[in-house]
Amino acid sequence: MAFQDDIRAIFKSELDGIRAAGIFKEERIIRSPQDSEIEVEFPAGAKQQRVINMCANNYLGLSSHPEVVEAARKGLDHRGYGMSSVRFICGTQDIHKELEGKLTSFLGTEDTILFPSCMDANAGVFEAVLNDQDVMISDRLVHASIVDGMRLAKAKQDTFKHSDMGHLEEKLQLHAAARVKLIITDGSFSMDGDLAKLDQIVALAEKYKAMVFVDDSHASGFIGRTGRGTHEHCGVVGKIDIITTTLGKALGGASGGCVSGRRELVELCRQKARPYLFSNTIPPVVVSGANAVLDLISKTTERRDKLEKNTAFWRKGLTEAGLIIKEGETPIVPVMLFNAKLSQDFAKELYQEGIYAVGFFFPVVAKGQARIRTQLSAAHDQRHLDKALAAFTKVGKKFEILHKSKQEIIDRYGM
Amino acid sequence: MAELKDTILDYVKKEYLEEDDDREITYDSPLISGGIVDSFSMVSLKRFLETKYAIQIPDAKATPEAFDSVNNILKMLEEFNVR
Repeated sequence: MAFQDDIRAIFKSELDGIRAAGIFKEERIIRSPQDSEIEVEFPAGAKQQRVINMCANNYLGLSSHPEVVEAARKGLDHRGYGMSSVRFICGTQDIHKELEGKLTSFLGTEDTILFPSCMDANAGVFEAVLNDQDVMISDRLVHASIVDGMRLAKAKQDTFKHSDMGHLEEKLQLHAAARVKLIITDGSFSMDGDLAKLDQIVALAEKYKAMVFVDDSHASGFIGRTGRGTHEHCGVVGKIDIITTTLGKALGGASGGCVSGRRELVELCRQKARPYLFSNTIPPVVVSGANAVLDLISKTTERRDKLEKNTAFWRKGLTEAGLIIKEGETPIVPVMLFNAKLSQDFAKELYQEGIYAVGFFFPVVAKGQARIRTQLSAAHDQRHLDKALAAFTKVGKKFEILHKSKQEIIDRYGM
Repeated sequence: MAELKDTILDYVKKEYLEEDDDREITYDSPLISGGIVDSFSMVSLKRFLETKYAIQIPDAKATPEAFDSVNNILKMLEEFNVR
């Protein structure tokens, strides 16, 4: 046996370190389909509880939508369960091409390539498209998968302060000599819920002959008047050179991602992107569901409109109740608690009230910026939001943080 | 020496602090473990030092510990005869 006790001890001690640092993550077991209300068992072995879900990326409420489930079932019947092959051997069906075409027209780009996940899209795209004469200039708050993807690429790296256009411009000047300059940003930032200033970024890109990359995972399907994403919201559809996004959040929530953008860049991904070349793509059942999702949201904006209404109600309600939220317009609404322990205690109390939301703290967010991230869904009805708001108010009152300033909360609970 | 210290400190403040960030950074402030510079953004600090002092810092030396404070950076620069 190779895994002897002294070897096991090495890894046990690493795990103990994670526990001691208070950042040990535990899974909550859900015993129902993903929806606005779910059955949760937490901690493991505890009595099952029905709670309102305020922390899913199920923005459009399509994760368990009957039409999507039915389409997935049909896909299973007609195209089977697995492909047992990567795309370029015998792993491409008609429905994969259909989905790529639908994503291209929905996102307003030139072409699209599917990846097993958006994590894989981000891991593969930079290395496939750029070389060592190029530079990647990214916003400092981009998603971890982009950071990993940049690390795999040979191009030079640099960063600019979050959404700071002056700093970005300095970096574009600094790297003027590079063959290709790629500005990299999230469309909607997942921790703060703010949107990238894509109109200004595109203007800078045009001025300095740079390209623009946007990860729109937390925007595709609902940001912008018809839900196309942050580029639609900012009036720059057709001007983003690379969009990556996920099918694992608003667009059905199962899994899968894509790179969508300039024809030549997408083709380079088909030739060179390693997660595409060396892994099966999305299975037929998920592709069929995703095709139905794109049909649904291309036909009507009803769901994103309801989400917008829910978001407005929730932001106004929390603010009037006296809680501090991050200003913005997205359905990602962080309730700021600043102190890590308070964010955990607050979440526990909410759970007792039948509300499921999770506290985030360093290193997921900056020190002293602990929060509970709430996320709205078109699956939430008014009764859900009323109950959730009452619970946030009750728990806020219990901890005596309602109508208190940031400083007052920090003075009482610490950073 | 004092000039070198301040050049680096000024760069760190300008490059990494947001305008509304009033944290006081000294020569000993933990930059990376203190959450002021994340390991991903450290690359611009490395490039600044390389360009400014005409040196090449190999990746093996550019550790989060070596960059964790202005004083640590000074120690590392001594190895490159930058004083």
